[in-house]
This record gives sequence, C-alpha cells and structure tokens, in this order.
Amino acid sequence: MKPFTYERALTARDAAAAVAQKPGAKFISGGTNLLDLMKLEIEQPTHLVDISRLPLDRIEDMPDGGLRIGAQVRNSDLAADERVRTRYSVLSQALVAGASGQLRNKASTGGNLLQRTRCYYFYDRNMPCNKREPGSGCSAMQGFNRMHAVLGTSDACIAAHPSDMAVAMAALDARVETITPAGETRSIPLGDLHRLPGATPHVETSLNDGEMITAVTLPPAPSGRQIYRKVRDRASYAFALVSVAAVVDAPNGRVRAARVAMGGVAPKPWRAAEAEKTLANSTAADQTFTQAADAEMKPAQGRGHNDFKIALAKRVLRQTLADAAKQG
Amino acid sequence: MISNDDRNWPTRRRLLEGGTAMGLLLATGASAHSQTPQSGQLPGPAPVPTMPLKLRINAREYPLSVDPRTTLLDALREHLGLTGSKKGCDHGQCGACTVLVNGRRINSCLTLAVMHEGDAITTIEGLAVNGELHPVQAAFVAHDGFQCGYCTPGQICSAVGMLEEAKAGWPSHVSGATNGKVALTDAEIRERMSGNICRCSAYPNIVAAIRDASGSA
Repeated sequence: MKPFTYERALTARDAAAAVAQKPGAKFISGGTNLLDLMKLEIEQPTHLVDISRLPLDRIEDMPDGGLRIGAQVRNSDLAADERVRTRYSVLSQALVAGASGQLRNKASTGGNLLQRTRCYYFYDRNMPCNKREPGSGCSAMQGFNRMHAVLGTSDACIAAHPSDMAVAMAALDARVETITPAGETRSIPLGDLHRLPGATPHVETSLNDGEMITAVTLPPAPSGRQIYRKVRDRASYAFALVSVAAVVDAPNGRVRAARVAMGGVAPKPWRAAEAEKTLANSTAADQTFTQAADAEMKPAQGRGHNDFKIALAKRVLRQTLADAAKQG
Repeated sequence: MISNDDRNWPTRRRLLEGGTAMGLLLATGASAHSQTPQSGQLPGPAPVPTMPLKLRINAREYPLSVDPRTTLLDALREHLGLTGSKKGCDHGQCGACTVLVNGRRINSCLTLAVMHEGDAITTIEGLAVNGELHPVQAAFVAHDGFQCGYCTPGQICSAVGMLEEAKAGWPSHVSGATNGKVALTDAEIRERMSGNICRCSAYPNIVAAIRDASGSA
C-alpha cells in the first residue's frame, strides 16, 4: 500500500472541502472496496478523509411518503429496516443477495454506489486497462470476458458494475443527494450518477472533485409486487452474472406500470427502459414478457465468453416479470 | 511486540519463532548482531509519520502508535500480539480475520486501525469469560467443527455475530425480506456464514456446532 495521511471529518462540508483541497485525496467510509484496491495499488490516494462517523447514518420518512437513506447507513441496517422490508422489499432483497454478512456490516450506502468494477484486468496491474490507465487498451475485449457487460459498453471498456443495491435503487427511481466543497447541495437521479464508458471509462460518475454523497432518496413506494432475482456462479457470496429488479403493477391481468432494472450486464445499474415501454398497458402474459425481454436485449453485444449472458438475461427478465405480475 | 500472554511456558508460536531464528544463525554462521540492517544507507521513501491511537480490545485499553496504513488485523497481530485473528486472503474474501466491533462482525483486514478509536473490539481471545469457553467455542469443540483450525477463530467470531443478527430478525437471502422471525435451518446458517471459507471443508461440523449453539438443535 502506498503511504497516505489520514484525518477524520467532523461535518459533511468539511469532508468535501478537505478532499477538494488536497490533490490525490479520497473519502473513506466502510473501506471494503477502497482498501482492497489500495492494497493492490490500483487506488493510490495520498490522503484519506474518514467520513464513516458523520451523522449521516439515519433512515428517515419524508413528507411525501418517501424515504431518505443517509449515505453512512450500513448495508445490513438498510436491509433490515422495517420500512425498507415492507415498502421497498426489492431493495432489501438486493442487499442480502450481495457480499457477505461481514461486508454488509461495514459497507455504506454511498460507498456501495461508488464501488468499482471487479473486471479481472482492472485488478491486474500487469495488464492494459483503459479504466485504470487511460489509453493503455482493454484486455477484456479479446480476453476472458465471461463476467463482462453486454449492454452500454464501448470499444474502450466492457467492465460491468458490480452492485446489487444500486440495481434495486434504479428500479425504485432513487435520487442521490450530494454536497459540494462550497457547501452547496444537489439531487441527481440515480440513473445520471454513473456514466457509460464511451471513450473515457476512467470517468465513472457525474460527481465533481470533492463532491460527496450525503443521502439516497426514494419516492413513495410503488404499487405492485417487487422481486429481485440474481443468477450467479455459486449460491452465495458471488457477483451477479445477471440480476433483475422488477416492480410490476398488473391488476386484472393488465400491466398498469412496470419498473425494471438489471445488474451484471452493463457498466452501470441498467434501467430496462425498452422492456418497460413494451410492458406498459399490455396484457400480463408470457408473450408480453418475452417481447419485453427481446426488446431490452436487442442492442446487446457479446464478446465471446459472455455471449451466454444475452440469452440468460432474456430468460431471467421474462421469468422475473411473470412472477412480479402475479398479484396477491 | 507486547505479548498478551503472561505465562512462561513455551507456545507453538514461540517455539516456531525460536526455531526460525536458530535456523538462520546456523545457516549463515553469523551472529545475530551482524544480521541487523545498517540504517541510512539505502535510499527509500520518506518514513510515514505514525499516529498515536488507543484501541479498546477485549475490555482492555491498548495505546499504540501506527502507520495510518496499518489494518485493524495487522494492529492486532503485529503490534499487540493478539494472533488469534488470522490473515488468510487479506482481501475480505475468506473471513479468517473476522472480529466483532461494537458487537458486529467485520473483516478486520479491510479496515484501518486508525478508524476504530473508541470502538469496543472483541477478538477470539476475548470470548471466553473467566476461563469458561463461550457457548459457540464449546460447540465447535463438541462437534469437531474444524480440521486444521486456521479459519476457526474467524468462524467462531462470525458465528457469534451472526447469531445476534438472526436474533434481531435480520433478513437473509434464504429467508427473504418480509418475515421478522428467523428459523436457523442448515440452509439459513450456510447462507449467513458464507463469508467464512474453510479449505478443509469442515462445513458439516461447523453447521452442526452453530445449530447447537443457537439452541435450535
């Protein structure tokens, strides 16, 4: 690990200012991803600002009936929260489908959103990687790319975003609240937080230097059944090959509204807009779900080892939509 | 290194350390003194200033001074001689380093010691009370929940934390998100313990020990 200096921030604004002031400074919260990457010298911060004790660890009801989740709420506390379990169960399901008990006790809400890809080549400093070293090339393109993305990729990068939590949040129309070093706050739709790789895969989010996530807000709970389904190589403690978060409101055999997002298939939590369009005001039938899955995966591009993800994603989509459309 | 063990009889660790030093002496024919590296001769990175720190471990206060890079695991093992917590993968994948911080299980390899001032840390060394094994420790002995034993301190600390989580009604991938009551079936125990790997594959006995300790046997 490269040397760094350390400070503990007392307020959110101080934290943002401290990171903006020092080049090479980073926030640290749970540390479960950052320290892993620092040990491998993929991340080399020169200064760490500890934000883990900031008073951003509460889950609060909002006047509009929604929920405000502090950025320092631990994954395990969020999954266990009674309101999340009853009103936003897709989020609780996604959280307990991710990582291990130990990691969920440490990982924060903000940190989970900002965790980095588990692409093997991003992790291997002996190999070119446009994300780690811009312009050096992408080893995954012709390499072992079984875990890689099939939607939203570019010729520069096919790394997949690893979060389960963020997939559920994408389906729930979450927004991300931030604070800037000047103390200003803003709210970003979750879908605009992560960027697609394009020609600059090293630029992963729309956050500015020193801008810190303070909370995630959820609008009032959507009606309909909520399901998170994750397919992975082993039964527990593995990243998704394909996952689907679905909230389908289909009374009397007709889809009134469907919110769908996917994990494991794209460089960001993937909102399945094409599937949603196909589903809206359609009959809740197998044929509709097949059409929705086909529409969503139409632009998908495999790179060899990950070709199977396209067929797998269609099946997981179809089945999860069918299950979520069952009422009662 | 401060030893947490005031007894004078030889331990496996002391025997191994003594043996290694003796082996080096015999192999080189040099005196221990000449093995000391000369300081100030090789150019290297500037030394990192250490930070003073107080850690509360097993109800005892330990003052120490560490490089900020020191993980909680390395502080326990290398600075305080609490070598019960093990280093397996050092990347949060195996669970051998699991300790309890304010009652919650975490991977001590994936957190910095300087981040834990003021926390109540419990390691495997702190589970027994007045020489009496913790019920989870006793259950691992009774069910032979190990082979080589390297993952065992992490398994036991993890199980202690997990049983509290289940008692609090935390959901899991097996039990789903809605029902607050947790029945610790074997499938449930396996899911909740998936952050602890056992290369000897003593899983059937580990599950039996935890089931027994949970009182649901």
